[in-house]
Amino acid sequence: MSAAAEESLSTEMVVEVDDLHVTFSGREGGTARAVDGVNLAIRKGEIIALVGESGCGKTTLARTILGLEKPASGEVRFHGEPLEYTGRALKRYRKNVQLVLQDPTGSLNPRHSVYEAVAEGPRTHGMVDEAGRVARALSMAGLRPPERFFLRYPHELSGGQRQRVVIAGALALDPDVIIADEPVSSLDASVRGEILALMLKLREELGLTLLVVTHDLGLAWNIADRIVVMYLGRVVEQGPTEDVLSNPQHPYTRALLSVVPEMHGVEQIVLSGETPDPTNIPSGCRFHPRCQEVRDGVAEEAGVLAACSTIIPAILPPSIPIGANVADLSHEAACHLVVPPPSA
Amino acid sequence: MAALEMRDVSLTYHPAEGPVPAVRGVDLVVNAGEVVGVAGESGCGKSTLISTVLRLYPKSATVEGEVLVDGENVFDMKWNRMRAVRWGEAAVVFQGALHSLNPIQRIGNQLTEPILLHDKNATEASAAKKVRELLEQVGLPARHANAYPHQLSGGQKQRIMIALALTCDPSVLLCDEPTTALDVMVQAQILDLLKGIARERSMGMLIISHDLSVLASNCDRIAIMYAGRVVEQGIAGELFAQPAHPYTRALMGAFPTIGDVESRYSPSGLAGDPPFPGDLPSGCSFHPRCPIATDECADADVVLKDVGPSRRVACIHVEQGAVV
Repeated sequence: MSAAAEESLSTEMVVEVDDLHVTFSGREGGTARAVDGVNLAIRKGEIIALVGESGCGKTTLARTILGLEKPASGEVRFHGEPLEYTGRALKRYRKNVQLVLQDPTGSLNPRHSVYEAVAEGPRTHGMVDEAGRVARALSMAGLRPPERFFLRYPHELSGGQRQRVVIAGALALDPDVIIADEPVSSLDASVRGEILALMLKLREELGLTLLVVTHDLGLAWNIADRIVVMYLGRVVEQGPTEDVLSNPQHPYTRALLSVVPEMHGVEQIVLSGETPDPTNIPSGCRFHPRCQEVRDGVAEEAGVLAACSTIIPAILPPSIPIGANVADLSHEAACHLVVPPPSA
Repeated sequence: MAALEMRDVSLTYHPAEGPVPAVRGVDLVVNAGEVVGVAGESGCGKSTLISTVLRLYPKSATVEGEVLVDGENVFDMKWNRMRAVRWGEAAVVFQGALHSLNPIQRIGNQLTEPILLHDKNATEASAAKKVRELLEQVGLPARHANAYPHQLSGGQKQRIMIALALTCDPSVLLCDEPTTALDVMVQAQILDLLKGIARERSMGMLIISHDLSVLASNCDRIAIMYAGRVVEQGIAGELFAQPAHPYTRALMGAFPTIGDVESRYSPSGLAGDPPFPGDLPSGCSFHPRCPIATDECADADVVLKDVGPSRRVACIHVEQGAVV
């Protein structure tokens, strides 16, 4: 077991999400329920991977945690305090919770030097010793010696270096939490490992808390303590990374895992169709129209088939530690095959 | 005769800053019914390699070697012949499916156009019939012929792109990152489809991707490119099980095997960045990043050599017989 996992968990909650619902009005009058009842508690120093297909609501959830979207109901709490949606409160909040996006080329202004890009945050927040902060942030992000990078422009850097600049921009504010949306998926394979190693190092050295939004289960295996799997606005499975990936409970997680190209010897479960429409969520278990267990008759044998299309599985509570270790975190799935519905 | 054969192909771009050798002496064979994958990072020359097959490179670029499509060298073709070969004998599925379709034309019209242009005997009716068949072959209902691109999802659009490439029954299909913009689940669907099509039509297929793991489970043979050259080549399953070149090994390490305890909390990568093709390191281009490089590597120009029954590797530290 790794050193990180052996450590006891901090019981200090940094971010908590309570029965969160985020909706958007659709073009044809419908309402898209992008996040449809999510509970999440993130402890200090934890790395959580939020996984799912595109359209599952993982990015909306991340944006809502950042205060970029206002929930229709439910709340986001930071160190126990509910988020206030006023300009001043959000500015203060965002100094503590920073975002790193997928495409570093798109995140950086091509006409700003590396120094300007990293200094923008501290300047906005009126922090002292700007140059020192920028230098420290760059060097923490692995761009050493930092002075050599000050006057360079994004086009002079490689993809990996650009992503390091974006990460440095976040670090310059001494945040508690970094939310990274697909941080390595636009990077070359050989650079990917270096950026992931950097994230682990930042957690170790700065006690940073990381929420990584990704479709990449390999990434989760590489760095995450805990995995939260989303499907169509809900969490369908959550638990410690080792448990979820070696013993997936929800049919959707099993399907996702089976199409990871590295999984040789595992029969691929290729789900037909794409993530359905959040404006038109299926009745009962929202996964049932694509579920391989329903298709193959497993649900019928277990006597839950009727429930699959009529009874909505209970919303999973935030994963709370039973004991003091990461391994003691509960592993749960919102599936009638795992937790039989009340009537069965 | 191979569907596609590249013999010592090189391509150099000539921007104002000086020559950029993007592809340097690549040999590659794709037989009918076979799926060959080319993997490499951005800037390694893999897209340029595809551009040589249909001469899609800029006029100012210089090429050397031979590219044979059904035995005919495309570099020697007259312009008219080249136009007939494009789409007719070799077709491309481009990366950005989402932007390659005309947003104001119905799918059906976009699919019939190349059929009517390439086949003198085709009529509107016969072309429409063929479009219906093609749509079914790529797993879409025939009614999608009446749809506009914005009405389709990313995966459906990529299926349309594949149908579009198949309209003139090419003998070679070139796929440039066919699944990169797609979701994992849809990616698996598209790769299944491509593999099936190559077998059914006994067509040669060349897939390029930066994602080695995508290729490993879907190709018969794989070539790994670095800085414009093929550095390792072999049968997909074998190469995946026993990579020999240090660069291939590093690429494999980048995508962990889930369940492998060693890679837990220890992502592996490669220090440094891929070289700029206009300013390549001396000797083996990989030596500045190579974990096993020695002084020799900076001097010797390393070429591909046989190291096993069906494996070729360009590394002086990989011995003959290293792969069995």
